[in-house]
Amino acid sequence: MMKLSLGPILWFWSKQTVFDFYAKAAEWPVDTIYLGEAVCSRRRELKPDDWFDLARDLKACGKEVVISTQTLIESEADLRRLRRICDQNEFLVEANDQSAVQVASRHHIPFITGPSMNIYNVATLKVLAKQGLKGWNLPVELGRETLEQLITGLKQEGLDLPAEVFAWGFLPLAWSSRCFTARHYNLPKDNCEFRCLQHPDGMELRSRESQELFRLNGISTLSGSRYDLMRELPKMDRLGVNTVRLSPEHQGMEEVVKRFDQVRRGGVPATDPLQLVEAPPCNGYWYGRPGMDLVVS
Amino acid sequence: MELVCPAGSLPALKTAVDNGADAVYFGFRDSTNARQFAGLNFNDKRAAEGIDYAHSKGSRVFCAINTYPQPDGWEQWKTAVDRAAGLGVDAIILADMGLLDYAASRYPDIPRHLSVQGSATSYEALSFYKDNFDIRRAVLPRVLSLDQVRGVAKHSPVELEVFAFGSLCIMAEGRCYLSSYLTDESPNTRGACSPAKAVRWQETPQGLESRLNDVLIDRYGQGESAGYPTLCKGRFEVEGSVYHAIEEPVSLNTLDLLPELQELGISAVKIEGRQRSPAYIADVARTWRQALDNLKRTPGMFTVENDWRNTLSGLSEGGLTTLGAYHRKWK
Repeated sequence: MMKLSLGPILWFWSKQTVFDFYAKAAEWPVDTIYLGEAVCSRRRELKPDDWFDLARDLKACGKEVVISTQTLIESEADLRRLRRICDQNEFLVEANDQSAVQVASRHHIPFITGPSMNIYNVATLKVLAKQGLKGWNLPVELGRETLEQLITGLKQEGLDLPAEVFAWGFLPLAWSSRCFTARHYNLPKDNCEFRCLQHPDGMELRSRESQELFRLNGISTLSGSRYDLMRELPKMDRLGVNTVRLSPEHQGMEEVVKRFDQVRRGGVPATDPLQLVEAPPCNGYWYGRPGMDLVVS
Repeated sequence: MELVCPAGSLPALKTAVDNGADAVYFGFRDSTNARQFAGLNFNDKRAAEGIDYAHSKGSRVFCAINTYPQPDGWEQWKTAVDRAAGLGVDAIILADMGLLDYAASRYPDIPRHLSVQGSATSYEALSFYKDNFDIRRAVLPRVLSLDQVRGVAKHSPVELEVFAFGSLCIMAEGRCYLSSYLTDESPNTRGACSPAKAVRWQETPQGLESRLNDVLIDRYGQGESAGYPTLCKGRFEVEGSVYHAIEEPVSLNTLDLLPELQELGISAVKIEGRQRSPAYIADVARTWRQALDNLKRTPGMFTVENDWRNTLSGLSEGGLTTLGAYHRKWK
């Protein structure tokens, strides 16, 4: 059976909100939980030790835990946090850039690459396998066809590298040195007053025709529509996908997990509406189309 | 410091060389490079002619193969590396790890430069590329502040090239999927951002509208000058206010930083713009050549001449320039 994972929380939530979220998640039918701050160096509600304590608790509850690294590494302080994450031998690491691959492989820590690592071909996977790659996420802009070619290629090479697919949530699409939330409030990034805390699901960016385009989330930009591949799970299973990733939201997550769990077990999900943050659905990338498109099959 | 100029065509290449480029960079006429524009770039014959011309004038030539091949494109991208090698380029600019591996093992003697699309923002990332593919040089993404560039330069295992002038990408390059979210092409997959085929201009009672795959990117009132609808430079609505929510249409200009870049040991400054005309390239190359020559002649006394400033702002998006992320306040 395919595994379900909870990706790292991409938003900025208070420490208590994070603890409450994972206290509940410990009971959900997810196999793998990614923990840690993957977006902004200024988000330090939880210190590295808090994350590790949480990781141990979740592990004790039977979850596989992976510690995520920051996606855009810019400063010496960022590198210090990265080294701290790799200076342990209890948990796998999610490497979200080449700095993380370098540091993890130097520490002989096995790693999984996150969706922001540019894995577009088998040759790249072979390079990373030599560094200690234990699994990989398909970049969000790639679809079913490429995934199938990659999995076939890996088999031909005799490489056993489990594939994970981002299958539900707002897609992380870009990272900048500029903070768009601080910019909205006319605040300098270095003195942002942590306004992201007021936006637990980001800020909607719409066209002047009110089309939902993106979600601003500090230095990162996410899709304005919510990616949803639930209906594709049987196909993913046949392709040989190992893990399906759900991206945490602060509302309705338990129901989402339950439905994905039903579908991966061959069941039919409930059809009553979910109590989610309002956003249109999309699945275009999976079909090789613009990501925002919704293909109804 | 070396001046590296863009060449989207043979006339642009010759112009860049004639106006003082130490090196020029070009791509093939397909999606193997990050500036895939109709009518732009080189076939093998034109490339050979350009390389001969540049070499005869003492300039070097780099070939950019800096998009990410998917399995069904692998042979085409690999062949592009073979073609560049056969042409006798002085370096290949690469981003994809698989392709870097291929180039390093097949053509160890041809220097490899890490493209800005490789998204290396720390010296640990640079060490990864150095250790695995023995890159000689890396182009740094435009997201780092000058202090951060200093930190990277201090420990860098390779030569560094930084962007000096031209369009400003404000997202970490190589990891921006905004374009493929709205259209079906991105810099990584097709070498295109906000591709021209998806652009539509429309006069409406509310003003001139620019659209990308039907998404309204901007609307211009009377007297406002309209720019190409690069999606991150449009005006959008966030919580009730309409503004350039991601970035204004401005260009990067780092003339003022030249002495500091030199002091940091930066090896080369790069001009963006393979999509630009030969006339544009001539003005930009000449201006930067003069600036670099002055810097060399009178180190410690360098000042930016008004002439240079005027020339460059005249060539900038909206006539405006910024130091971008190099200047911490911009963030």
